[in-house]
Amino acid sequence: MIRWRHAMMIARKDLLVEWRSRIATNQVLPFALVTMVLFAFALDSESVLQRVAPGLVWLAVMLSMLVLVQRAASLETEDQALDALRISGVDPTSVFWGKSIALLAQLLVLEVVLVAAAVVLYRADVPAGGIVLLVTSMLTATAGVAFVGTLYGGLAAGISGRETLLPLLVLPVVAPVLIGATRALESALGTAGAVTSEGWPWVGLLAVFTVTYGVAGSLAYGPLTED
Amino acid sequence: MTQTTEVTSPQSEPTATVSGTGTVATRIIGIAALIATAWLVAFGLGFSPADRDQDESVRIMYVHVPSIWVAYVAFVVTAAASGGYLFSKRHSLGFDRVAGASAEIGALFVAVTLVSGMLWGRLTWGVFWQWDARLTTTALLFVTYIGYLAVRRLGGDHHQRARRSAVIGLPAVLLIPLVHWSVVLWRSLHQEATVLRPDGQVSMGGLMLFSLFVGVVAFSLIYLWLVIHRSRVAALADFADDRLLADALVARRHEGGADTDSNHVDMSQTADINDVQHPGGER
Amino acid sequence: MNDAGFIFGSYAVTFGAIALFALATIRRGRTLSAQVPDEEKYWT
Repeated sequence: MIRWRHAMMIARKDLLVEWRSRIATNQVLPFALVTMVLFAFALDSESVLQRVAPGLVWLAVMLSMLVLVQRAASLETEDQALDALRISGVDPTSVFWGKSIALLAQLLVLEVVLVAAAVVLYRADVPAGGIVLLVTSMLTATAGVAFVGTLYGGLAAGISGRETLLPLLVLPVVAPVLIGATRALESALGTAGAVTSEGWPWVGLLAVFTVTYGVAGSLAYGPLTED
Repeated sequence: MTQTTEVTSPQSEPTATVSGTGTVATRIIGIAALIATAWLVAFGLGFSPADRDQDESVRIMYVHVPSIWVAYVAFVVTAAASGGYLFSKRHSLGFDRVAGASAEIGALFVAVTLVSGMLWGRLTWGVFWQWDARLTTTALLFVTYIGYLAVRRLGGDHHQRARRSAVIGLPAVLLIPLVHWSVVLWRSLHQEATVLRPDGQVSMGGLMLFSLFVGVVAFSLIYLWLVIHRSRVAALADFADDRLLADALVARRHEGGADTDSNHVDMSQTADINDVQHPGGER
Repeated sequence: MNDAGFIFGSYAVTFGAIALFALATIRRGRTLSAQVPDEEKYWT
């Protein structure tokens, strides 16, 4: 239980830092919206946009996740914050969970905005029957993305080539999430005649991914950051 | 590759009489690999018949399929060795070197699989690349291990490298089931597996199956030979790295005018030690 | 044989790439061997 309390404390701390700096709200969120608008410029066709809206939402989430993780990693490196956390005697698994929860919270806020943007910009509509699938798939997929982001962010903290290396490492790993979450979102939104029931197997795949990286991160975060 | 000679006096200057990474065992494996490869070429390009549907292009399969299977094996070895490093008590760097060597060879094999697959696709489908599930996930596998190899070159000390790369190399192996079952999952254009099918039935002619079998043997032997040599080279490189660092430290001490014969190092010089760049990579 | 260029090409690329890698590995091993004392070569 103490681990869980520590995890929540770390999550609170991370969110507080983000909230005070306003970087997430003033830079990352606008960045995500700009990518959404750029997709619209590039594709320039309403029917196409409506068709690919779920994929674009998730692409924007992935790109913003990279920005958030880069930023978190540089924050940790700057004042040796991670080292301080480590020698404070907190279990690394708690640190991993706390950071994942903080990243998850930020990403979820971002996704709500992005789905709303897709409704407005791409004329995607959210049918009432798909809401349960929408929420479940988003929660599962985002948790997986948050675990991966935290694990690889911890790996990259303190490495000089971080900015260029992190996308190369993280994007292939989250590609299965991109596929699964996009298909699930298509079913939830009824894009191109997809039906809700088709989405649930994808949620299963996402759950397997999320559990795997949750376990992997809990085990590996300690040895990874102890240098 | 000269034959191994006994080191006469370990007390004297370090001697390097053993030139290379070969031994009798690797030479035997190497010769066997060459013979198997010759057989593969003979059966694949000569004795095996043309396919009813794919015509002559089926001959590409005898290198295409074994190379990806052995690449899978290589990545499983990487994952196992990564786990061995992380979870064993001694944290032996030997595990790490095998993991790195195996991943490098696996990436090479995936690369040649992609190229031979493209050539096959051009003949059979009329295009080099299809965005179908198998190809997409295989490309993903390739990029993932390129990332793994990039992490290995980040620099830092050997245990840092080992720890970082093991954390990536262990879960990356999960992509392999995704690649293998992607055809079933996405009902794609790619051929369904003919040999490793879920129902255990093999649907293939005798001589073709034999050619494929020869291919698997040849590529396995090639892999074995390569992974042994590559791990040994990695061990040599690690040692040479350490020695370069030690030499640089001695050189620094000389610059500071300290007496190198004694072990005395005063504080002003230990501060210098931190400035010596580690030769393992750019930091 | 139909499409001989593609078929021979795929064999050539596959074995050519592997041979190049093998050659590079062996050469690097020989170069490094000269700098490393025999006690460190665990295979001897």
